[in-house]
Amino acid sequence: MAETTFGNATQVLEPFRGIKKVTLEEYFTSGHRTCQGCESALVMKLMVKAAGPRTIVLGSTGCMYVANTTYYTTPWVVPWMHTQLGSSGSAALGTAAGLKALMRKGKMKAEPINVIAFCGDGGGADMGLGAISATLTHKEYNSLILLYDNESYANTDIQLSGMTPYGAHTTFSPPGKVHRLIHKRWKKNVAGLMAAGHPECRYVATVCASYAVEMMNKVRRALTIGGPTFIHSLDPCPKGWDYDPMLSHELGELAIETGIFPLYEVEDGVVKYYGKTKAIVEGRPRKPVRDYLLKQGRFAHFTEEDLAYFQEKVDQQWEQWEIPGVVPFRKLDAAQAALNVK
Amino acid sequence: MATVTTTKAASEDKELLISGSEAVAESLTLADIDVVTAYPIRPYDTVMQAIAKKIANGQLVAEYIVAEGEHSQFEIVKHASTVGARVFCGSSGVGWMYAMECLVVTPPLRVPMVCLVGNRALDDPGAFGVEHNDALVVRDLGWMLCWIDTSQEALDTTLIAYRVAEDRRIFLPLAISADGAFLTHSQAITMVPPKEKVDRFLPRYDRGDLLLHPDNPITVAPQANEDWVIEIRRQNDEAMKRAVGVIEEAYADFRRIFGRGPENPWFEEYMADDAEVILIGMGTISLPIKVAIREMRAKGKKVGLIRLRWFRPFPFERLVKALSGAKAIGVIDRDYSFGSPFHSGVVANEIRASLYNADKRPPLLSFICGLGGREVTLEDVNKAVDMCDAAARSGKSDAKTHWLGVRE
Repeated sequence: MAETTFGNATQVLEPFRGIKKVTLEEYFTSGHRTCQGCESALVMKLMVKAAGPRTIVLGSTGCMYVANTTYYTTPWVVPWMHTQLGSSGSAALGTAAGLKALMRKGKMKAEPINVIAFCGDGGGADMGLGAISATLTHKEYNSLILLYDNESYANTDIQLSGMTPYGAHTTFSPPGKVHRLIHKRWKKNVAGLMAAGHPECRYVATVCASYAVEMMNKVRRALTIGGPTFIHSLDPCPKGWDYDPMLSHELGELAIETGIFPLYEVEDGVVKYYGKTKAIVEGRPRKPVRDYLLKQGRFAHFTEEDLAYFQEKVDQQWEQWEIPGVVPFRKLDAAQAALNVK
Repeated sequence: MATVTTTKAASEDKELLISGSEAVAESLTLADIDVVTAYPIRPYDTVMQAIAKKIANGQLVAEYIVAEGEHSQFEIVKHASTVGARVFCGSSGVGWMYAMECLVVTPPLRVPMVCLVGNRALDDPGAFGVEHNDALVVRDLGWMLCWIDTSQEALDTTLIAYRVAEDRRIFLPLAISADGAFLTHSQAITMVPPKEKVDRFLPRYDRGDLLLHPDNPITVAPQANEDWVIEIRRQNDEAMKRAVGVIEEAYADFRRIFGRGPENPWFEEYMADDAEVILIGMGTISLPIKVAIREMRAKGKKVGLIRLRWFRPFPFERLVKALSGAKAIGVIDRDYSFGSPFHSGVVANEIRASLYNADKRPPLLSFICGLGGREVTLEDVNKAVDMCDAAARSGKSDAKTHWLGVRE
């Protein structure tokens, strides 16, 4: 069959200029059974609202699979399909490749269809990291991989993942009489990892649904820039973090204001901070991490010493990282010191 | 007596000297596959090398993706298939095992993926040679499984595979097994049919109401739990049962359009009509067995071979008929099933089970031979036949499994 020229055309999705300009149509509606105060469900809703009707969503195993899609119900108005826990990258790639093949060979009507695969922190940052990484190198296929990070395997009873914060109480890291802290690993920096390691991935962003319009606009940017893109969303989880569900929005804000989770986008290799993170970079003082941590039962066993350690690690990411909050290489003096050793 | 497949060369066919893997690649080009994913492991990867060349030379237009592991390799084509693409994948040995999670989900999703398994011994220790345990690991899961013997059969079976798997009555994945090295890498004269004939035989893949597309906004594979899982399993079972008729239909059409191919899709019978001792095996093991049979026939010994082509669905009824006249049966497994009944290989126990309700149950002897790609020698075959002869005379099976050609 003759090959016709087939580019990387995407849909035209202009950014929403304010909350009143956001479209009314919903593509993630009733029919799910997520917890009260679930921010990840909100992320699903905003994500697909931003993407619009000509979209295919692939969901890897996790609470946004199990709690959202229980046969006979589905909240998805757009086509949706389950994929395996570690397969969000492969699902995005396979779906995009299938559509592209059929369109370029004239077997399917040619049109830009958004392909979004989502994964939780376990499915994305632990098990699925390799597949996502591979997908971000396939620049000829348009897709968005959205990692909704509620900082634990929340579907299976709150077990720790590579994204669970230092010291947090999970069912795999219960504080005990001898060991107060079982989990002593510092959380992975996934967005930074994706941005730094995939030079042809044109867009990586961090988002928080507490800032809904900005979040949707990042999704729109990711879907329209062309090629594979990656978004990391921090989602407060009442069940896993142990707080009153009414505080989800506030905890999202506090994660940003304490500097624990910076909001930024990396477009064509250029880092741009936005929202309250931008203010922090420009000099606004960060709130102390205790304001955020002590509102959550998962840190209730923290001592002053633990709080101080956590604060110190967050301070480091602002004061010592090559790009504050983004790229953890140490600043030039450290590099010079390494040269001087020779 | 012998029903050897005749190859009637239609005039438009092209004659090529190619390996089993290359023959599969010829078929994939003719079938105009849309998405193919590669990952290296010997010996199946020769098919991907052949496809890569076809794509590089513009003979095939397809999305060609080199994955970062077998798990992704199979997931990528699984998803491509759900949006309507004709897909191909494959692996060998532990590579196939690495993809296991994805192999499990494919049948209940009703994804008609076609794969080549270049049979290879499982690690550890490392070995390139053939064993059938890799492909057999999916035998209970809803994969159709067949074993091929020649480059020609590789080419023909690949076309038949798409026709069967993509039939809306079936929609199940299908793995074609080719013995590593003996078939994947061995060249033989192969007739390559023209595209026009293939188009008459193989319709376009139509995902129908299962298509994942904004025009058909369905939700696929929600959490079903105990409410529905058993019904879904039952649907898979029904599809596998329907495959029997669809496979027979496909072979009949294949013969009509291409002028070649076996009348009996399920197994090749070699001098088995009047045989007193019938040996059974799968894949290229047929070659030394056929040579041994010819030598024995020359001496007046009535020995025959049944070479199984299809393992899933398993042709138990036809096999029972074909075996009813034998005085003894010898099953030679190129696989193992440790701790199984009689400590036999997989095929032997499938045949034992098939015969259980039969009126006539000839003595059945079980052999394991040629593991890890070890050559199956005439001496091995002769030894097996001698033991079968003794069983035929006594009318009794022994309850053992005999390992042939093993250093003790």
